[in-house]
Amino acid sequence: MNPTSDKVLLSARGIVKNYGHVQALGGANFELREHEIHALVGDNGAGKSTLIKVFSGDVQPDEGVLEIDGRPARFASPRDAQVAGIETVYQDLALASTLDTAMNIHLGRELLVRGPLAKLGFINRRAMKRNAAEQLKELGIELPSFTIPVSDLSGGQRQAVAVARAAAWGRRILIMDEPVAALAPQQTEFVLSLMRRARDDRGLAVIFISHNLPHVFLASDRVTVLRHGQTVLTKPTAETDVEELLRAMTGIMNTEGRASA
Amino acid sequence: MNIGTHGSASSEHSPAKQLRELAARFFKLESALLVAILGAMIVIFTILSPSGEFFSSGNIRSIALDTSEILVLSAGEMLIIVAAGLDLSIGSVVVFSSVVGAKTLVALSGSPAQVAQFTYPHLALGITAGVAVAVLAGLGWGLVNGLLTAKWGVPPFIVTLGTLSVAVGLAQVITGGLNVPNIPPALQNSYGSGQLFGIPWLVWTAIIVVGILWVLLELTRYGLHTYAIGASPEAARRAGINVRLHTISLYGLMGLLAGIVGVMDVARFDTASIFAHTQDNLTAITAAVIGGTSLFGGRGRMLGTVIGAFIPATLRNGFVLIGVEPFWQNVALGSVLITAVYIDQMRRRRARIA
Repeated sequence: MNPTSDKVLLSARGIVKNYGHVQALGGANFELREHEIHALVGDNGAGKSTLIKVFSGDVQPDEGVLEIDGRPARFASPRDAQVAGIETVYQDLALASTLDTAMNIHLGRELLVRGPLAKLGFINRRAMKRNAAEQLKELGIELPSFTIPVSDLSGGQRQAVAVARAAAWGRRILIMDEPVAALAPQQTEFVLSLMRRARDDRGLAVIFISHNLPHVFLASDRVTVLRHGQTVLTKPTAETDVEELLRAMTGIMNTEGRASA
Repeated sequence: MNIGTHGSASSEHSPAKQLRELAARFFKLESALLVAILGAMIVIFTILSPSGEFFSSGNIRSIALDTSEILVLSAGEMLIIVAAGLDLSIGSVVVFSSVVGAKTLVALSGSPAQVAQFTYPHLALGITAGVAVAVLAGLGWGLVNGLLTAKWGVPPFIVTLGTLSVAVGLAQVITGGLNVPNIPPALQNSYGSGQLFGIPWLVWTAIIVVGILWVLLELTRYGLHTYAIGASPEAARRAGINVRLHTISLYGLMGLLAGIVGVMDVARFDTASIFAHTQDNLTAITAAVIGGTSLFGGRGRMLGTVIGAFIPATLRNGFVLIGVEPFWQNVALGSVLITAVYIDQMRRRRARIA
């Protein structure tokens, strides 16, 4: 697969998150290197979504250390993670359905008009439309119209808009939570190819959650398995197989042992 | 590389595309329909009223004057509904603001003995302080609504139902249930019944406020975020928008507008009337919804709301002039409202199917 550098971009150690009496994460570890696609797998309730929400600033951990470029990072909100160059495509999309494609791509990062009116927050719709068109073109995404609400797009098209937004703004890390779960095979192939483009053309590191092990072997450089909120395995994808991943996911055998929490 | 994302939907003559174009045309038609409805009312009332009295400049001015306060309230309510919120307390906040504003005005304009004889040695101070107190009181209630809604997550329907009761109750406590008397006629004479270029100051106030809100909603980041929050608070939050702060600011803005209407009301009627404005919330919501604002948030246009705000006063005025019992106004208004909600439902259903 693609040669990945050994430089560690993001490192999480001993991440704990409790929701009342329910422990979603019980000391999870994760390491993301530059220029790699890193798959995150695990059974339902293993804590995958919670862990990436910690990375995207959507959830604040109760315990643990998060480092970006070797420096401690603390994300109090999604905005903090964005500032650090981390963009996320959520499982439930997170688009504003009544706004059009261009506005969704720029939501929270609107382009303003020139001059004094910018201070009052006057937005430049034309510039946003132009920029959105460029971004989509670069990623090879074609949409029937920019000016219709995204609720009028198909599921695959909406997913493409969400990916385009993340790829357009992500400077370091692209996180995708089950990006292809609801898509048809053709669209799945396309979204997986978008992920590779984000890595190869834009130099991003990608974390993606998947339930589908064939996708993991198709698209990822390394893979981490979570079980009951803890990390049970991290390996280059080429050095593992479906059987080993399944064993790790179901806990029939601990292949690597738990990293010290 | 374009597998899947531009399948059949983007080809030129697919049914989906045709359906969308048809829909787009229909919705342009919808706002055209509103203009047509109001236009038809004007034409019919003009023809049926004695010697076209309905369309006289005096009568048009009177309709505009009757609509000015509700126009300001409707514009604010519409912003809140676009953000998928609701404010039922606006009428009570208007009453509270006008009462505390009027009390301040009277108290600071002169001694009780002077005021009782309509002598106001400190009129400028009184008016300035009275207006400021009224507007700030409105803002305060708005912030209370916003804080309770955004921080505690109490549904706005419940929060504002509560403040609806509390605000008017406190206003009654303050005044002992009476209107505030002895307000300087100067306020009414200058602002309340004054005109500029033949247009009453109160109508100018409404035009300016609605104009500012229109620009805010359509042209600024604030407006875009308002739509986004209405469409999906979760999406807005993840896009880095401070949803709580924005929500609080929206209710604060609504309170501020209610405070301004409180001042308008005192100036117009020369009293702080404690028993008025009980229907303002429903009238404002009706105006927004008739105008195409979706109660589910994320959709709405200011032009529609403006037209929606003019319909009640137009109906009332027209029915009086052509000799129809004014009670029919309620029947007509309710029918238009239900039609508007029906259109919104159809639109949402279509959006889900597409």
